[in-house]
Amino acid sequence: MTSSSALRVRGVVAGYPGHPVLHDVHLDVPVGSLLAVLGGSGSGKTTFLRTIAGFHPVEAGTVELAGRLVAGDGVDVPAERRRVGLVPQDGALFGHLTVAGNVAFGLDRAARRGPRVGEVLELVGLAGFERRMPAELSGGQQQRVALARALAPRPALVLLDEPFTALDAGLRAEVREQVRAALRAAGASAVLVTHDQQEALGCADLVAVLRDGRVVQSGPPRTLYDEPVDVGVGTFLGEAVVLPATARAGCAATVLGRFPVSGADGPGHVLLRPEQLRIGPPGDAPSGPVATVAEVVFHGHDTTVLLALDGARDGMLVRCRTADRNTHGVGERVGVAVRGDARFYPA
Amino acid sequence: MPLVYLVVRALDSGFPAFFTVLTRPRTAELLARSAGLAAAVTAACVVVGVLAAWLVVRTNLPGRRPAAVLLALPLAVPSYVAGFTWISEAPATAGFWGAFGVLASVSYPYVMLPVAAALRAADGGLEEVARSLGYGRARVFAGVTLRQVWPAATAGGLLVALYVLSDFGAVSLMRYDTFTLGIYTSYRGTFNRTPAAVLGCVLVALAALVTWVEARARGRAARRVGRGVGRAPAVVRLGWTRPFWAAGTLAVLAVSLGVPAYSLTHWMVVGSSLGVDLPDLAAAAAVTLQVAGLGAVVTTLLAVPVGVLAARHRGWGTAALENAAYAGHALPGITVGLALVFLGARLLPGLYQQVPLLLAGYAVLFLPLAVGAVRTAVAAAPPELEEVSRSLGRGRAATTAAVTLPLAAPGLAAGAALVFLTIAKELPVTLMLRPTGVDTLAVRLWSHTGAGQFAAAAPYAIALVILAAVPALVLNRVLRGSTTLRSADNSGGGP
Repeated sequence: MTSSSALRVRGVVAGYPGHPVLHDVHLDVPVGSLLAVLGGSGSGKTTFLRTIAGFHPVEAGTVELAGRLVAGDGVDVPAERRRVGLVPQDGALFGHLTVAGNVAFGLDRAARRGPRVGEVLELVGLAGFERRMPAELSGGQQQRVALARALAPRPALVLLDEPFTALDAGLRAEVREQVRAALRAAGASAVLVTHDQQEALGCADLVAVLRDGRVVQSGPPRTLYDEPVDVGVGTFLGEAVVLPATARAGCAATVLGRFPVSGADGPGHVLLRPEQLRIGPPGDAPSGPVATVAEVVFHGHDTTVLLALDGARDGMLVRCRTADRNTHGVGERVGVAVRGDARFYPA
Repeated sequence: MPLVYLVVRALDSGFPAFFTVLTRPRTAELLARSAGLAAAVTAACVVVGVLAAWLVVRTNLPGRRPAAVLLALPLAVPSYVAGFTWISEAPATAGFWGAFGVLASVSYPYVMLPVAAALRAADGGLEEVARSLGYGRARVFAGVTLRQVWPAATAGGLLVALYVLSDFGAVSLMRYDTFTLGIYTSYRGTFNRTPAAVLGCVLVALAALVTWVEARARGRAARRVGRGVGRAPAVVRLGWTRPFWAAGTLAVLAVSLGVPAYSLTHWMVVGSSLGVDLPDLAAAAAVTLQVAGLGAVVTTLLAVPVGVLAARHRGWGTAALENAAYAGHALPGITVGLALVFLGARLLPGLYQQVPLLLAGYAVLFLPLAVGAVRTAVAAAPPELEEVSRSLGRGRAATTAAVTLPLAAPGLAAGAALVFLTIAKELPVTLMLRPTGVDTLAVRLWSHTGAGQFAAAAPYAIALVILAAVPALVLNRVLRGSTTLRSADNSGGGP
């Protein structure tokens, strides 16, 4: 159903002459939801965003915004007529205009006098800031004004270009929640482009992983985290324990034991998350794997323990994350147990 | 465009005539004189300018802050005003040394300002690394500090060389025959204008050659590679040599500012006993304001599209357009005037010696200044803002009007002020293209001095210096923030 998609991207190829950046990209953003496009540097996420916004032409494929074809098939609607609200990395507020002037920039003359400016400022929690100049605001406030400015003309889609990276770590989580809440309250559909997997997993309804200009996987954050399509996506989305394994008859054998898996027989890798590993006293489970603690890194809310497994290749360490307050000393012998499912990827 | 016409006009009488003029001993003599003067002045300016910049930026020279401002001031003294003060006080200075002294004393800031900016922007960390690797102070200065400022110094040297090649006022007052003077006399003196056109072509070729040599010699600056904020360099303690350096600075100031100041006061006193022709002075000032104001408006309006395009849409088309505008920078005013005289007389006889043609001359000559200012100002406005504006429903033109230009407005105003200032000081184009009776302050000063009426000339010189110094000080404030080479380029003026 085309009408329920705020953004519909079909087979888009875009880039520079002789050097395509995006290859055959397909994506859908249902109305009212937030899609995070997650990619490392050079993955093509900026080109993707500029293609949607209308600052970069498509070579093949189509882009539809709210059911309207805006690019491809001989159509190239200019940026100013796409109804896309852009929130750039550093906010990019107009320094010569007040907050109200910034927010009203995309409204027509009549609407500027109306209540819309106050409405959206209220939505981002900045009611009463109308007369301030952008330079008088903190980084987080500037970012929220930029969002209000994008929301004011009721765009078909809001594009957020790494909007939180310019903020310092403490502020980032707070502003992220405020932005998420404002987008929900406005009922806006949005695309968030980011290289930060926590940001993507933490605030999006859907995540698409972009690698070398292709969407390698997309879906709800939990599905991507638990069932990545390959080891690369798995390690990109979060810390992972990757073990060499051999699969036979639905069972993969590793140094951490045997796991029921699906898929073809043969050599490959098993992927686990560090929080699936649990440390206990050695010999807790008879014949269970035993390891030596190589390093302990304390993070405050939890602790990462690096383990050298008996029987593993020399120098290979696995990561175990535990909220357990029991401290383990370096050199200590411990037993390791695994809970939950493992994923097997044939080589 | 005018250049093409200059070439056409030079070849008008056929190749033999062209070569006859080209191979005359007088041409070679003028070439040697112009090149010699330019080389000597440039060398002196690079040495004085680099040392002055280093002293005021890096050392504990007494009074280095006021010295920095005072040392930049000669920029506001037109060469013919300095020339007037020298020759009126000491007629014996006429000739090479007079011309050399006058030009060097007013043009070393072209080197000093960009080098000082480069020194301020240079990362002290590099010097500290060099010191810790066993380099002594002198080797650090030669190996690291000089390397950091070398592009700034050569760019400044280029401005000086072009300034000297195209200078008309100082050399004519000092009666030192160079290309510009040769062109003017052969233009005024005879009806056969082929020699003037040929000399004009040679002068342009010489300017192009200097520009090319500078581009080759510029090289690359020693830069810090790496991220993070650079460290401010340590202040160099001059120790027992401090009085020596202070005396040197004072000497430079005495020559470049003291002599004009003393001489102008002197002649003012003499002149006031004879009575100043106030209505005439007021009329000349009004004409200057009017012509310079119109010229600044026209030039800035022309520069806006070129500057916006150059800053935003890179491509060979815009690069060519921009280069064409910058070529004007290397064009001696006298050749632009000459070319427009030919063009006007041939194509638009009705416009010859009319205000529009004069304004066209100013526009050709000073477009680079205005384009540079527009480009810098527009480039400083982040392009994301324009994208945001477009995604909010404003088209390209509306975005430029609503976002780009308001953000760039201070820069545009500075550019317009700079053009205004430069036109107010301009001499050769005004002399050639002005409508009869339209006498600017510069023209009056030049004609009075040429006739030896020093007392009568003084009030015009003073009015000019005031007119030039006030906006120059304001501009200095505005441009202080942007410590790029471009801003140094912008503060350069025409002859």
